[in-house]
Amino acid sequence: MNALRRNVLKGAAGAGTVAVAVAAGLLKPTQAMAAWNKPAFEAKNVGDAMKGLGVSAPADSKDIAIKAPDIAENGAVVPVEVTSNLAGTTSIAIFAEKNATPLVASYALAGGTEGYVSTRIKMGQTALVRAVVSAGGKSYTAAKEVKVTIGGCGG
Amino acid sequence: MAEPMRIRATMAGDVADVKVLMNHPMETGLRKDAKTGQLVPAHFIQEVTATLNGKEVLSADLGSGISKNPYLGFKVKGAKAGDKIVVNWVDNTGDKNSAEAAIG
Repeated sequence: MNALRRNVLKGAAGAGTVAVAVAAGLLKPTQAMAAWNKPAFEAKNVGDAMKGLGVSAPADSKDIAIKAPDIAENGAVVPVEVTSNLAGTTSIAIFAEKNATPLVASYALAGGTEGYVSTRIKMGQTALVRAVVSAGGKSYTAAKEVKVTIGGCGG
Repeated sequence: MAEPMRIRATMAGDVADVKVLMNHPMETGLRKDAKTGQLVPAHFIQEVTATLNGKEVLSADLGSGISKNPYLGFKVKGAKAGDKIVVNWVDNTGDKNSAEAAIG
């Protein structure tokens, strides 16, 4: 029995076939892609995703500001801005807690980049948008609820 | 396939405000094609890196939860007008793109 073939068959139902092919090494991932944190991004809940990022039990912090709409009419495009006023912020991760894969993005900041990122995310349903910030070797978190009237994941 | 990317960088005090707009479908792999009922394969940007004068200032891992045609905004301290910003991305099929702009 060919192990690779098994893998392909097993995974094909769940994830997209492209992702599976990458996982099984059928497509040649470039070296840069090998660094992509696959376990964290494919985790199905926030706890596992945080674990994948190496974060455990981040402390609530008032120094993190999340700017997002209270009500998003279109879940496919939800503007989110995260500002961290914590000194020595080295990374910011954004989660949409009820998405199929909650981890949306993780940003590593270096060389003078301020604790700020702005982006647009998809949200499947009303959920907390959570930011996890690493600063000075510790992790901090903050969350904001965004109500979604039309989901943006799947169709 | 690699379509152009737009970068705008402006100085605000001693901080450069950089805005990047990438062109990408960002398919999650969970969506079905309305006509065929088949799943649309996942196709999304996985990594974005930004450099300022050749020095890395931001490296982002993106998931499929980022909206179509991703927007990315960040701020870099200690930059000055005329400095060069270069942004690269790689998606899950190995496709890549790069663009550069001078801070204005």
